[in-house]
Amino acid sequence: MIRLENVSKTYPRSSQPALRGVSLDIERGEFVFLVGQSGSGKSTLLRLILREERATAGNVLVAGRELSTLPSRKVPELRREIGTVFQDFRLLPNKNVFQNVAFALQVLGKSRHMIKAVVPETLEMVGLDGKEKRLPHELSGGEQQRVAIARAFVNKPAILLADEPTGNLDPTTSLDIVRLLDRINRTGTTIVMATHDDEIVDQLRKRVVELNNGELIRDQHRGVYGAQR
Amino acid sequence: MRLQFILSEIWIGLRRNLSMAISVALVTMVSVLFLGLGVLSQRQVDTMKDYWYDRVQVSIFLCTAKSDLPNCSAGAVTDAQRKEIRSQLDAMKPLVKSVFPESQQQAYDRLKEQYKDSPSYRDIKPEQMPESFRVQLSDPTKYDVITSSFIGAPGVGDVQDQRRILDPLFNVLRGLSYGALSLAGLMVLCSVLLVATTIRQTAFSRRRETGIMRLVGASAFIIQLPFILETLVATMVGTALAVGLLWAMVKYGVGYLADKLPINFITTADVLMVSPWLVAIAAGLAMLTAWFTLRRYLRV
Repeated sequence: MIRLENVSKTYPRSSQPALRGVSLDIERGEFVFLVGQSGSGKSTLLRLILREERATAGNVLVAGRELSTLPSRKVPELRREIGTVFQDFRLLPNKNVFQNVAFALQVLGKSRHMIKAVVPETLEMVGLDGKEKRLPHELSGGEQQRVAIARAFVNKPAILLADEPTGNLDPTTSLDIVRLLDRINRTGTTIVMATHDDEIVDQLRKRVVELNNGELIRDQHRGVYGAQR
Repeated sequence: MRLQFILSEIWIGLRRNLSMAISVALVTMVSVLFLGLGVLSQRQVDTMKDYWYDRVQVSIFLCTAKSDLPNCSAGAVTDAQRKEIRSQLDAMKPLVKSVFPESQQQAYDRLKEQYKDSPSYRDIKPEQMPESFRVQLSDPTKYDVITSSFIGAPGVGDVQDQRRILDPLFNVLRGLSYGALSLAGLMVLCSVLLVATTIRQTAFSRRRETGIMRLVGASAFIIQLPFILETLVATMVGTALAVGLLWAMVKYGVGYLADKLPINFITTADVLMVSPWLVAIAAGLAMLTAWFTLRRYLRV
């Protein structure tokens, strides 16, 4: 589903590469934790998968597409197969829960009929049924992240990227969010989650990919946060 | 994207950015108004030219016994000279549309009729008036042909073109219309810059929405569409106001003058004829500016 072949990335105004020679293969339906210190290259890797950035060297293949040769007009098609969740939720403050989730479908031109059927279903799945009319500021952090996950998942993407989705949440809420991602993963969606949360990584025992200074230093199945544990 | 969703997004966008939308509409209104005034005054000059040039004549004044013009030292025009001038004029058809000979008595009568209330011409006598041929041309711009053929000819005192009296007036009017067009150019530049700044600011204030649109896979066109349509709505409101104002100015302002003065004026039909061009120019410029600005300031 996602393959990186000897990928390097150097940002234009930086002398140090953000990623160096990373090779990685993620199969369909996998759940991968991406760990490493701040600045280790986790977010850059996610941005490369999303084609927000282009690799300086090497190949990035996502859902059967070679991203270095993918023309800009084809990028929206790629992104329709990828859902994205961020630490800061990125909800639209003037739209309620239903409208925030529906927005992702409306901009893709989906019918009202389809939106009316799919959005409540997704909200129920993420545990937000009954809160459709609430505005983001009327929700807790955990609930806001659930809305963001619902928005990322409502179009049933093949891949869901989560960039530190629990970074702003308390440990209990964080665990709930990761369990929700785990449930989504069981539907067949590939999940790549960048995180600093060792407790969660240790508890879920999924595949762990560790980056350090832009280099892949560990790729461990049923791994834990720190290699020495 | 569904029409209803697009319309609701445009409505939300305009409401949220109301003061900017109003300023775009007003600046557009002023620029289109000046553009319209410039174009309409050009049409006014053309209308007046068509009207007057159809009526202006070239006058070939013949020598009289008391004439002190340098070409008349030989005295009054002779019959042979008069016949020669007439036959030359007849030979110049079709440039010469018609020739109307005016005798001294006829010239005197016309003067008396035109200046019947003026004491200055009370003592003038018919023999002091010059006899003339009034020549109407099929192409009034070619009066030089007549002048060069007859000035200095035996029996001809002077050749005068009435256009020379009207041209300074037309030149002033033409100058005013160019002034309005230059001002319109400046105002159009202002509105283009304002539209660009507005879009830039709106794109910045809506970066969260556009960021989400981008992430969920909306195409560049769909992301840019609300910005372009909002700009179009604001500029079209301004253009509609400007066209309305132009119509009212012509209907009531020019219409009032037309009732008072014996001159051909433009009418509201001219406004209706010019309006589609004004709308097309305003819409084209707005969309072009929006497109260029979005390419530069909106990441898609």
